Amino acid sequence: MNIIRNAVHGFGVARLTILGFFLLLCIMAVPLKLDVAELISSSLVRILMWGVLVLAMWPSISCGTGPNFGLSLGIICGLLGGIIAMELELNGFVNLFASIAFAAPFAILVGWGYGWLLNRVKGAEMMLAMFVGWSAVSLMKIGWLMLPFHNPEMAWPQGRGLRVTVSLVNRDMAQLLNQFLSFKLGNIIVPTGLLLFFLVCCLAVWLFMRSKTGVAMTAAGDNPRFAEAAGINVDRHRIIGTILSTVLGAVGILVYAQSFGFYQLYEGPMYMPQQAVAAILIGGASIRKASLANVIIGVILFQGILVVAMPVFNIFTQDMASMAEISRVIIQNGIILYALTQVRGE
Amino acid sequence: MSEHYLLQMKNVTKSYYGTTVLKDINLDLKAGEIHAIVGENGAGKSTLMNILFGMPVIHSTGGYQGEILIEGQPAQITSPQQAMSSGIGMVHQEFMLIPNYSITENIKLNRETLKHSFLSRFFGRNLKTLDFKSMHADARKALDTLDIGIEEYTRVAGLPVGYMQFTEIAREIDKTNIKVLVFDEPTAVLAESEAANLLAAMKKLAARGIAILFITHRLDEVMEIADNITVLRDGRLVATRPKEATSVYELAELMVGRKVEKMTRRTDQVSSGNIVLSIKDLSVRMPGEVVSGLNLEVRRGEILGIGGLAGQGKVGVANGIMGLYPSSGTVLVNGEKLPLNNPRESIKRGLAFLSEDRRGVGLLLDSSIEMNIVISSLQNQGRFIRRFGPFSQLNSKEIRGYALKMIKELDIRCTGPTQIVRRLSGGNQQKVCIARALTLNPDILFVSEPTRGIDVGAKRLVLETLVRLNEQGMTIIMTSSELAELRSVCDRIAIVTGGTVAGILSPDDSDVNFGLLMAGQKAGKELSA
Amino acid sequence: MKADTGLETSRKVQIDYWQSVSGFLTNNMVTIMFVALSMAGLYISGMNSTLYINDIISRVSRNSFLVLSLIIPVIAGMGLNFSIVLGAMAAQAAVIFVTHWGVAGFPGILLCVALATPMAMALGYLTGKLFNKTKGQEMISGLIMGFFFAGIYWFIFLQLVGGIIPMDNEVLVLSSGVGIRTTVDLTGGLKYGLDHLYRLPLTTVMIIAGCLGIAYQVYRFVKAAGDSFRNIRFIFGFACMVAVIVWALMIRASGSMVSNIRVPVATWLAIAGLCLFITFFLKTKLGHDMRTVGQDRHVAAVAGIPVDRIRIIAIMMSMVLASWGHIIFLQNMGAFSTYGSHESIGIYAVAAILIGGASVTRATIGQALLGVFLFHTLFIVAPSAGRQLFGDAQVGEYFRVFVAFGVIGVTLAMHAWKRRLQSKLPAVAKAEKE
Repeated sequence: MNIIRNAVHGFGVARLTILGFFLLLCIMAVPLKLDVAELISSSLVRILMWGVLVLAMWPSISCGTGPNFGLSLGIICGLLGGIIAMELELNGFVNLFASIAFAAPFAILVGWGYGWLLNRVKGAEMMLAMFVGWSAVSLMKIGWLMLPFHNPEMAWPQGRGLRVTVSLVNRDMAQLLNQFLSFKLGNIIVPTGLLLFFLVCCLAVWLFMRSKTGVAMTAAGDNPRFAEAAGINVDRHRIIGTILSTVLGAVGILVYAQSFGFYQLYEGPMYMPQQAVAAILIGGASIRKASLANVIIGVILFQGILVVAMPVFNIFTQDMASMAEISRVIIQNGIILYALTQVRGE
Repeated sequence: MSEHYLLQMKNVTKSYYGTTVLKDINLDLKAGEIHAIVGENGAGKSTLMNILFGMPVIHSTGGYQGEILIEGQPAQITSPQQAMSSGIGMVHQEFMLIPNYSITENIKLNRETLKHSFLSRFFGRNLKTLDFKSMHADARKALDTLDIGIEEYTRVAGLPVGYMQFTEIAREIDKTNIKVLVFDEPTAVLAESEAANLLAAMKKLAARGIAILFITHRLDEVMEIADNITVLRDGRLVATRPKEATSVYELAELMVGRKVEKMTRRTDQVSSGNIVLSIKDLSVRMPGEVVSGLNLEVRRGEILGIGGLAGQGKVGVANGIMGLYPSSGTVLVNGEKLPLNNPRESIKRGLAFLSEDRRGVGLLLDSSIEMNIVISSLQNQGRFIRRFGPFSQLNSKEIRGYALKMIKELDIRCTGPTQIVRRLSGGNQQKVCIARALTLNPDILFVSEPTRGIDVGAKRLVLETLVRLNEQGMTIIMTSSELAELRSVCDRIAIVTGGTVAGILSPDDSDVNFGLLMAGQKAGKELSA
Repeated sequence: MKADTGLETSRKVQIDYWQSVSGFLTNNMVTIMFVALSMAGLYISGMNSTLYINDIISRVSRNSFLVLSLIIPVIAGMGLNFSIVLGAMAAQAAVIFVTHWGVAGFPGILLCVALATPMAMALGYLTGKLFNKTKGQEMISGLIMGFFFAGIYWFIFLQLVGGIIPMDNEVLVLSSGVGIRTTVDLTGGLKYGLDHLYRLPLTTVMIIAGCLGIAYQVYRFVKAAGDSFRNIRFIFGFACMVAVIVWALMIRASGSMVSNIRVPVATWLAIAGLCLFITFFLKTKLGHDMRTVGQDRHVAAVAGIPVDRIRIIAIMMSMVLASWGHIIFLQNMGAFSTYGSHESIGIYAVAAILIGGASVTRATIGQALLGVFLFHTLFIVAPSAGRQLFGDAQVGEYFRVFVAFGVIGVTLAMHAWKRRLQSKLPAVAKAEKE
């Protein structure tokens, strides 16, 4: 009994509810004769396209700045890189890697500034991150209107400014990673390239976390006073964590966009960080501690629910799209609220 | 017969989680009496006052045993509100004041005089408005009682400390039913003249029939105003004496005195050792433990104790030298100047530190034992990692092997090197800290409060470990609030009072000398001279 | 040691001085900047003054109540209450049902208030409970709480209404029979239910206000006998009021379009009533307790004030006021987006009060009203200024959103930074005492 109670306590009521909800959806999918292979295939794609964005939360929580609600900054850098690559009319993998290469310096620079700012507001990082992210998004929108891009695939035919969505189909970018080496396992389509890319990213971050800098960063986030006493420069490592998170955000949006087939330039980045935050929290992370397992479990659970929920809801309501959106909003913000109530006493 | 006592405590006993911190305390207090309670830190003074004031910390940990009688009637005080309504007031050591409010508003805090407003007739008491006129009048009266000329509508922020304290006292005496007033170390934050004012005010209050409990460690003040004096030591009541029947010397001895158990250790003297650490004019800005202009020399191979009362700055010394709090002055390690305010440099020069705040500064509570042991060395000496050009990786094998070795050597009781440190007992956590310090191979080891929060058996083990390390040639500087502990292992003991060294004693010196130095007697005179 | 103490003192004085200067700048710089920005925007946009005055009057009268509802939680030390969106949702729910029942005009408004109040109280209670569990993180909790509850609100009005909650109304409900349409039109119903209750020309209102002002100045003059500044203040106040009256008369005489502008007097009275109530409330026992809790929770608790309860009451009050404010907002708009209207309410209200010079720990009625005025001036002129400058009205629209987020971000950063500086101060102060 005690073991169960401890497990429940450790995992948290909110997470158990979400897990239960997921299992319920899965169980209901069976008698409803839903196409399981189809469900798994689309789950896989959704999970993997979100993977890197959720992974970006790991360094930011570990270095002590909390979940990166300002991930929009990274996303904006990623989009900027992607747009530059589009302007140069690059195709396929060249476009993808060029996008990453163009985005990285912006992300590093922005991450550095953002980290510097977060060091100034210790204790109120999350709130500030949110508004920094949002104001950056509105600034970005102005940027899209003003920046001199001319490629007709992106720019409005008359006047200035970029389109709301930019299609990647003509650049051989849409589903580039998804289709790379993809194969069928029974009826399940495995997006090999996407999977490999995510795993490589995970491995890279995991290796970084085990390096001297990574260990110092985790210590700085875990207990800044301890870290200071152990001769670790806390502020510097918080900036490193923030930069890493921002860069991963930039890479993440490019992975996301290629799977999606479009760059969503205007409204896209606004609420994406919250989804990524919710995912890692569902995976068992707290505001101050996270691991690779939290990233993977979280993204599987959260995106899995959203994929499975759609057809199940279809049975109960005519308006399944909005029902799925509603459950996303409730789950996502519920778990963040839950995590906030757990901060006290630490 | 007990009717003429205002307050009586009978066999009051309190334990936290099985550790008895107060045992069989008896206290009688008459109207108009000034009763001083003296004792070292950890003697149980604050626990006793917490019981009397019904603080939640007492009742959330199982309450207390024994009886408290107020005017002869048994009283169960379970909340501060109840204590207040029973006529017990407290002048806190930390001011319970709101700086942006006026003196009046602070005095009448939550006891404001109210008058009807047009809404309160419908919505009740909460919408009555404050009657500032009568509040100012009450405040004026209370301030006049204390002979304080300050205007009652002055804002508290920016007032001298002494006035803040008087505001607190005025608040207590403004309460109509006040019978017993507790002063918790009231003079600790005051300048000398302010302290004198305060003592005069206390006498005046006593003359009005209010009983005063006066907690302090300044023995001269005790002798100046107290009628009776109770000495606490280790949670027990050692003696209660009328002032006429005692002296500063006796009180000092009673406060400190205990059987000192010498640790068995090598007898060869280290007094001939050369100076390994020389501290000149060190000032450390550590909140609550300020060091100002401290000088000290440490010889190679000795165990130097740093003792003194809480708040006098002894803890600041090690924290300052290790770069954890802003400090200034000159520190020479082996004759070389140590750059201050830089923990990394301190570690590089062969200094290591066991912090008094084990859970706050000493450990990564949610990390594994092995990570806790190696991290300082890993970050500062580059051990336990493999390098690949600009990249590096943890050397898990080496870490595991080393951690297992330390666990065995120091006898850390755990389920394995990957166990989370939070789950260990206090003693084993301390051993993890020691292991980390040892991993740095330090020349000089600073140890602060090494046995705080550790059970008796483990205490001895920790001390023995320190002695053994010293025998292997490590210089140890040990800061502790427990004098007995210092006297059992140290070669010399420096007593820090008022941020400087008041004197250096041998562990065999008399209790009286220790007591007097700690109570700031000599030091106090030197400073004021 | 003596020298050291002297050093410490001068250091502290320096910090105090620096703080007061920077405090003055940060408290007022935002406002000063926005005055400049608004003026510049007004100039660049080349906007017709009648149009502008008309627009600003309707914006100020529909937003002020909402913004004023933020003051009480700030005083109770809970920061900027982003959770007022929950109050807005309660208001929308009430408005939807009242529209369904077909109660129109002022009685409809009263019914909305009667319906929204208990809902807002319940939501306020829940939010207050949550805030007590997340002390020190109230603002982000409020923000997320808004998002979270929006999900529940959508669920109720998109999935339940028409289904489990019966509602037979072709105008309101989607053609499928379940869910409210994305826009609710209040025309012919609650629209202008309060605004059109009683309207007067702007110039008349100015004259009346001027006369009342003069009466007040005289009252103050008589009461403040003995105050050395009495005469100066009286003359200044009197002159201002006369100027207002003269100006109003001049507008009338000039026959400009401005004299046709009419003012929703009932709404303005509601706002004025709220201002009076807040002023009065802060002098009551409950209001004083809130201030105490806001200044120092620990001291308040030791003094026996039920801190958690007071905090819950503060949020409940704010929530109820916000729901009323949103009803005023909706009846003026005349139509609202069922699933989106509430979203930006919190952020725009917070941005407005901050622009008026409020901070996380300090907010006054004056700041709220000034903030509404400045923020909405910017809102009105930004698109046309954007068109004039960049040939694209969209730029101006994005810019005003950027300003809203940016000003909140900057204020939060300043607050967090100041708090860090202050948390370092006690060490200095203590060092000085030794």
